[in-house]
Amino acid sequence: MSEQEKKSPILDKRSSRRTFIKNSGLTVGGLVLGGALGSLIGGKTETSTHTAGNETSHTTIDYSDTRLFFVRQKDFEALSAATELIYPEDDNGPGAVALGAPYFIDKQLASPWGTNADDYRKGPFKKGEVPLNNSEIFLQGVRKLNEVAEKEHDGTLFKDLTEEQQIAILTSFQNGEVEIELVSSAVFFSSLRAATLQGCFSDPLYGGNKDMAGWKMKEFPGAQMSYTSYLDKEEFVLIEPISLGGHKH
Amino acid sequence: MVTKLPKVDVVTTGMGWTGGIVAAELTKAGYKVVGLERGVERSIEDYLHGHDELKYNVRKELMQKLTKDTITFRNTLDDEAKPVRDEGALVVGTGTGGGGAHWGGQTYRYFPYDFEIRSKTIEKYGESKIPEGVTIQDWGITYDEIEPYYSKFEQMAGISGEVDPLAGPRSIDYPTPPLKKLQQMKMFHEAAENLGYHPFVVPTANVSEAYTNPDGQTLNACQYCSFCGSYGCEYGAKADPIVTVIPTAKKTGNFELRTHSLVTRVLYDGTKVTGVLYKDTRTGEEFEQPADVVVLTSYIFNNVRLLLLSGIGEQYNPKTGKGMIGKNYTDHHTITGAIGYFEEKKFNSYIGTGSLGSAYNDFNADNFDHSNLDFIHGGQIEMHLFGNEPIANNPVPMGTPNWGKEFKKNSLHYYYRTLSVVSQRAILPHKNHYLDLDPTYTDDNGDPLIRVTFDYTDHDHKRNEFLVGKCEELVKEMGADIVDTIPMAEHFGGRFTFQHDGGGVIMGDSPKNSAVNNYMQMWDVDNLFVCGASAFPHFGPTNPTPTMAALTYRATEGIIEFLKNGGGQLITPKN
Repeated sequence: MSEQEKKSPILDKRSSRRTFIKNSGLTVGGLVLGGALGSLIGGKTETSTHTAGNETSHTTIDYSDTRLFFVRQKDFEALSAATELIYPEDDNGPGAVALGAPYFIDKQLASPWGTNADDYRKGPFKKGEVPLNNSEIFLQGVRKLNEVAEKEHDGTLFKDLTEEQQIAILTSFQNGEVEIELVSSAVFFSSLRAATLQGCFSDPLYGGNKDMAGWKMKEFPGAQMSYTSYLDKEEFVLIEPISLGGHKH
Repeated sequence: MVTKLPKVDVVTTGMGWTGGIVAAELTKAGYKVVGLERGVERSIEDYLHGHDELKYNVRKELMQKLTKDTITFRNTLDDEAKPVRDEGALVVGTGTGGGGAHWGGQTYRYFPYDFEIRSKTIEKYGESKIPEGVTIQDWGITYDEIEPYYSKFEQMAGISGEVDPLAGPRSIDYPTPPLKKLQQMKMFHEAAENLGYHPFVVPTANVSEAYTNPDGQTLNACQYCSFCGSYGCEYGAKADPIVTVIPTAKKTGNFELRTHSLVTRVLYDGTKVTGVLYKDTRTGEEFEQPADVVVLTSYIFNNVRLLLLSGIGEQYNPKTGKGMIGKNYTDHHTITGAIGYFEEKKFNSYIGTGSLGSAYNDFNADNFDHSNLDFIHGGQIEMHLFGNEPIANNPVPMGTPNWGKEFKKNSLHYYYRTLSVVSQRAILPHKNHYLDLDPTYTDDNGDPLIRVTFDYTDHDHKRNEFLVGKCEELVKEMGADIVDTIPMAEHFGGRFTFQHDGGGVIMGDSPKNSAVNNYMQMWDVDNLFVCGASAFPHFGPTNPTPTMAALTYRATEGIIEFLKNGGGQLITPKN
């Protein structure tokens, strides 16, 4: 487990950031902060906000943490909170938010996949079929997360609920118990789960798996070109990952 | 307005394995061949930036997009079919190489029993052993007759393999040695031998060392990089039509490849075919390509569909049993078995190829006695090391939730600590399983889509249950701490994800039981040949490519003979 020990300083920083976000969310409430808070939740690169000290004068903005699809702040915040529940930060390493999964999903929804450009879309759509495209399913789904949260918890947005409350709501989505127009909540959940894992583990070129941290946590070597040197190894061999961006063709 | 082009000897409809083999063999024999391909032309340069799980494995970059064309599906004759809409649910190749671009490269032969399944079952167990409604038949070719064509395919594709002691006899060794045995495979072999079975290293088109085939095409040594099945190989280390048969055809000077050319009709005058009608998919412009011989070389769905749209042959009717086109459709997609979780082991499971692994056939075909079993045929027990990709592989023991803290913890812990032993098994045809034209849904041209009617039968469930038990037995013998079995759903759910479909234009020894003879020549239309797994009267236990390719090599001999003779049926039908 030496790999995990190596990562612990980063983990500490991420944990504290997450705690900060949760606390701010709770005290500030739903509407007020808008963009500023949202950009933090979305995992904008480790800014100097709360780990000031040695980085005060040098703040890096990661421009890939900019949304293409989601317009309303609270839609994206509900999405972010839901992805973090699916793949939470823990002792092993970062969760979906720190890995950039919400921004990954945002970009995917703005891509041909978001409009099901490669799917057959001719009607009629029969009973049990979903006539909505992926971007419509996600938009309705995240809005429904907030709607249910607000209804069940006195107007509190999904992101501001306790973890237990959030899990209860997401579970009811998974079980298909929530009414969403023209799509089962189970279909939305299943798509959200799949997209979250894609955001954690696809090549970083898509905006998730930031710094290959998903791969490092999973000890996956990435886009290697050959494993012929390791074929006879009986012990596990840890290989530093490489992304497609790290290839020189 | 249709532009009529000059006549050629042979025209094909698709440039995957079957089209590529036809093009190579016919052009080498001096005939002029035009290869029509609806997709793009690819070269291995297209695969240089290809180690991308999301693009290729999840979003299926190399496959047919469903925007303009798909299939519809229902379980029973009484259901209304729905379209297969999601691109991930229908895996069919497109572009040069076709399915041979993205295949994993497992290259087993079918068993002598497969080709004479009906006779051999009756001979040993009596006719009552055949379950009701199961429409198995002999293939009209024996294993000994097809063997030279299997060998020809293996020599062309450079197959790396170890001889399966329970398989049919071989006339020639595999051209290259098997892939290396990884630790997990050594465990598999040891456990299988402890149980008295006969394991072997999976034969593969991921070639183990550089190899130059009899046509002078060179394949390079596999790098075990794991981006294999669903991906193209940038090394040219996986036999693919674009590095074997297509360049062979081009080298002759007798071959013309036309991409973006979607064949929409076979032109039929009531006794013979005169060519094909096709459309430039970019401009919509239509062309007529006349030819002496037309060879259908697309995937089975399109082979069947082109015949039906062109009014060739009689649609199979499940109620009357009449008609041959669409009959005996089989889908061989479902993989079930057992997963072992090992606390004390951590495997280098990122290493893999599309067909690295081990298998045994002690419970396949009629290699074991079925007297006291309530099913026929069987399946292969096998373990594959494809290379665990991180999106697709998040293994957790049964009982773990599929998201949240415990899911994350367990899926990380077991990522390199699991092995799956699965069974690919035969799928036998049933009188109610068939293909026809959908009454509601159409493609971009307004032509009806193919409709699939298919479900699992009780008989399939019984065979499956038996084989899952055998997978479980092996995983336990390998020393797993936790063993979970993967059950088969009660009904087929309509995900066509392995590109293993068969039937619809089946072969046999008489027009009474088949659409094509054992040269893939239509009984009713002498100058029309239909190549592909569409000819399989039942789906054998393993991957279709070698059998499909072997039958295509035989077809090319028939086409050459046909052209030399100036026409005629190549086979006298049996009664």
